[in-house]
Amino acid sequence: MARITAGVTTSHVPAIGAAIDLGKTEEDYWKPVFAGYEWTKQWAKENPPDVVILCYNDHGSAMSLKMIPTFAIGIADKFQPCDEGYGPRPIPVVEGHPDLAVHLAQSLILDEFDITMMNELDVDHGLTVPLSLVYGNPKDAWPTKVIPIAVNVVTYPQPTGNRCLNLGKAIRRAVESYPEDLSVQVWGTGGMSHQIQGARAGLINKEWDHAFIERLLNDPEDLAKVPHIEYLREAGAEGIELIMWLIMRGALGEKARELHRFYHVPASNTAVGHLVWEPAAA
Amino acid sequence: MVDYSEIDDIPGTTVFTADRARKGYHLNEFCMSLMKAENRDRFHADERAYLDEWPMTEEQKQAVLDRDYGKLLELGGNIYFLAKLFASDGLSYVQAVSTMTGMSVEDYQKMMLAGGRNIEGWRSKSKGN
Repeated sequence: MARITAGVTTSHVPAIGAAIDLGKTEEDYWKPVFAGYEWTKQWAKENPPDVVILCYNDHGSAMSLKMIPTFAIGIADKFQPCDEGYGPRPIPVVEGHPDLAVHLAQSLILDEFDITMMNELDVDHGLTVPLSLVYGNPKDAWPTKVIPIAVNVVTYPQPTGNRCLNLGKAIRRAVESYPEDLSVQVWGTGGMSHQIQGARAGLINKEWDHAFIERLLNDPEDLAKVPHIEYLREAGAEGIELIMWLIMRGALGEKARELHRFYHVPASNTAVGHLVWEPAAA
Repeated sequence: MVDYSEIDDIPGTTVFTADRARKGYHLNEFCMSLMKAENRDRFHADERAYLDEWPMTEEQKQAVLDRDYGKLLELGGNIYFLAKLFASDGLSYVQAVSTMTGMSVEDYQKMMLAGGRNIEGWRSKSKGN
């Protein structure tokens, strides 16, 4: 039987990808950002999953405003990195796991999560920067299969935090009903506090971010009640990406144990947050 | 009509609503077209002519020519789509975003290095906190 073995969250700032691709990781500005992922890189080597279910958002790269699915799942066998206006990142193609992805889609939809299925999905920095942060820059292939789950966090109204937490729980049920013995991780990406538009751009709210992590760990059901307006106001207009961290949390089950936590300001315009958690016995 | 009074109360912030996604549809589609190198080349060779291929309003076209990002938000542009425009100009997010704050890039970068913009005074227009 497949099982959820860990949850990871991380910010997915595009400039982090550029720093990796242009060999700037040792520069003074970037060093403290990448230092926070050293523990994770070692852990990732020792705990290789078979599949990562990677929750992220597209940033107007593969998904235009022609259709705005609230939740979408990539069921293809591979996903190409996007050209986001400066050429595609020089990274390996992301390999999917179509069989588990179709099982997930079927299980989620029958569980009343009407997720959109995508046979074609180019993936942008939202998905590839987290892979780079955890796995560095492999030459030919990523060390894991990836099933992308794209969440609309760009156009208001986004799904609620509660819906995201429940989606995580439904993903757990779906994974546990898959017959093959697979180690599956669920990653939630984006955040933490940041705003990249308007006169309020540059907003960072450390206090709110730290409280968010504590509530995510210890009382996700209560955190799930936080309305959109609080994310937008307290974490910045783009900080609402944090609802995707609730998907990871829901997938871990009732109790979670913290293995690693990192927080740093700034990367570009953003507060970087990163967690590695695992399910704990209730 | 959807009631946006709550989100419109956040100072210095243009939340990208479904209404703005509708109003800015062609503007954002234009931005996405710049993900192709050949389109970037054509756009930079003659910006006006390239813009005229799109069913955008004159105001939207002018704001693109002016690279007035604050205005483009008002006219339905979304920052992630607009990123294709400033990336094609060779600008980073920090460089482009700082233009909306009334600060120089250097001062904006200093603010970020010092921990970012403090939220005090930036929560609510009506409450002034």
